[in-house]
Amino acid sequence: MKGEIKLGSAPPKIRFREPQIEMAHGAGGKASRRLVEGLFAPLLFGASTEPLADAAHLKINGTRMAVTTDSFVVKPLVFPGGSIGELAINGTVNDLAVSGAKPEAIVVTFILESGLPTDVLQHEVQAMADAAQYAGVRIAGGDTKVVEHGKADCMYITTTGLGAPLPGVEINPQSLRPGDKVLLSGPDHGITILLARGDLDMEGDLESDTRSVFPLVEAVIAAAGAGMRWMRDPTRGGVATSLNELARDCGLGVVLFEDNLPVHDAVRGACELLGLDPLHIANEGQFLAIVAPDLADAALSALHSMPGGAEARIIGEVREQPAGSVLVTTRYGGSRIVDMLVGDPLPRIC
Amino acid sequence: MKFVDEFRDPELITKAAEEIRRLADPNRHYRLMEVCGGHTHAIYRFGLKDVLPSNIELIHGPGCPVCVLPMGRIDDALSLAMDPDVIFAAFGDMMRVPGTHGSPLEHKARGMDVRIVYSPSDAIKLARMNPQKHVMFFAIGFETTAPSTALTLQRAKAEGIHNFSVFCNHVTIIPAIRAILDSPDMRLDGFIGPGHVSTVIGCRPYEWIAKNEHKPIVVCGFEPLDLLQSIVMILAQLQKGEAKVENQYKRVVPWEGNRAALKAMADTFQLRPYFEWRGLGFISQSALRIRDEYAEWDSEQRFHVPGIRVTDPKAAQCGEVLKGVLKPAQCKLFGKECTPENPVGALMVSSEGSCAAYYNYEHRKANLVTTLSSPA
Repeated sequence: MKGEIKLGSAPPKIRFREPQIEMAHGAGGKASRRLVEGLFAPLLFGASTEPLADAAHLKINGTRMAVTTDSFVVKPLVFPGGSIGELAINGTVNDLAVSGAKPEAIVVTFILESGLPTDVLQHEVQAMADAAQYAGVRIAGGDTKVVEHGKADCMYITTTGLGAPLPGVEINPQSLRPGDKVLLSGPDHGITILLARGDLDMEGDLESDTRSVFPLVEAVIAAAGAGMRWMRDPTRGGVATSLNELARDCGLGVVLFEDNLPVHDAVRGACELLGLDPLHIANEGQFLAIVAPDLADAALSALHSMPGGAEARIIGEVREQPAGSVLVTTRYGGSRIVDMLVGDPLPRIC
Repeated sequence: MKFVDEFRDPELITKAAEEIRRLADPNRHYRLMEVCGGHTHAIYRFGLKDVLPSNIELIHGPGCPVCVLPMGRIDDALSLAMDPDVIFAAFGDMMRVPGTHGSPLEHKARGMDVRIVYSPSDAIKLARMNPQKHVMFFAIGFETTAPSTALTLQRAKAEGIHNFSVFCNHVTIIPAIRAILDSPDMRLDGFIGPGHVSTVIGCRPYEWIAKNEHKPIVVCGFEPLDLLQSIVMILAQLQKGEAKVENQYKRVVPWEGNRAALKAMADTFQLRPYFEWRGLGFISQSALRIRDEYAEWDSEQRFHVPGIRVTDPKAAQCGEVLKGVLKPAQCKLFGKECTPENPVGALMVSSEGSCAAYYNYEHRKANLVTTLSSPA
């Protein structure tokens, strides 16, 4: 390893010390962050000091472009309100959108388990085609690998998305100021996948909402202009994890008002029963935006005027304190720190 | 949402908090123990310390079943589950609890067949779906969860499901409270009594606390208003110099408990002569074992259990925290070697453990001077 490093450059500092990869390293919480920052970033991104974002914005031969990649290993493949194929397209589209780019093209890799019924595959490919058409992105290429039966679970999809950065938009945690408002485009449905997995044996009147958020993002950017500081789609680890990452990156605090959080009763009920915090549940098809205070109302109205944006809310604001953390306050004056998700959300019984 | 929102109503909460201020003697310091881990979690989650006067101190009790389970029990069960023909099934609560060689989740990542179930009957379903495997259900909990294990044992026997057994770690709440009260470094003014446990055992078993120990105990629900109302009831008793058992959680807890549940427990379980509690040591007649009539469905009788005993790391002060002698943050390892991600002690694992609750919801808040409130 040492021989490969150029003379004079410092060896990459690997801080990841855990002996093996656990499920938690993929769950999007603290462990994921340790892996990415402690192993991937020092070896792969070298000297880059940019905060890790949903998509990288590059300049190649004078042309600016946004690029992102994601893998989808959800189970079950089909869940109420969506399926893996649709999720793969919309997840990628949304990572580009919240980085401030218009999604343009996607390339796809399929990893298929031998024995996968063709109609299952076809259903997902069709779902991808429909989602891509709806979101206005082109599927520009792909690759297929088949592995032995038992070496993968039905099918995995990996996507890479390319987008055109919107002019005048800069998504940067460092641009946050105390007083900025936190907007959430709508309530979460992520518990659907948890329920649809079937291990919990619960039924709920819930639909997950995988959709492209680009039209909403475009509207909110048009309204907020340079007052748009930061965006993210709070998927894995939910709102709590996304905002904790932001608070750590910018060194400021995020204060949420519990009564303003848009959570449907079905999700709340399931979370109460399972001992989960809705703030840790993935919000598919939604995004968070931090907007300058004077433009927040305009941004909110813009969201409200869009289809699918009626339930958008201002859920909190940026403050000096608690620096680097997220605090939830209640109307009766109680408050609690909400941390990143540790590992997967696990139901609590006893 | 019905049955939730009424108990989180800001106006009523403010009123209850005012009532507490009115009843609390400003010259007196009150130490009240919430026995149940669910209460600990709720107190932190709803930020109730922010609405209580500073002379009311809440001490976290031993009522978190995951927290009081000695590591050796996890090691024992996992050693049986090393057999590739065994499916290890447990509640989500158990999944991150460390054994000597890692938690059930870590064993799962290394290839052990570990499943999260929501009830023991789901474990029976697993056994039916996997006839060629043996499903071992790692049973844990106080009298809250013991009846569902009992019914499951009865069902397994009645339906002749032979590839299923229970690794039983059920414990009982009264001996734990007794151990706390016997501890010489413990001064308490009253108890916020367990809610869910009492749905099964009722309120009568607490009468000795009032009669012999002269401490008020109020059986309490899990919403903010439940907790505040219970504190009002305890303070009212203290003000009048009374000590009795009261039931604040009447909407769920019958005074006599749940006879059907108690009967199922009596049919399937008997008291162990003694059982080890993490942090509290051995307590006699404090845990349940499966009766011989159900030996076939008892993992401990059916398989050879190594009987591993693990002493807690010396630096960890779980026992002191568990007994309420130390606050979580006063433990030497708190937030340093011991965090929810890398827990040394079980109090840091379960979200009902006082250390995890404190770490998750409180500890970075502790230094804040700014008063924070949301807009009206």
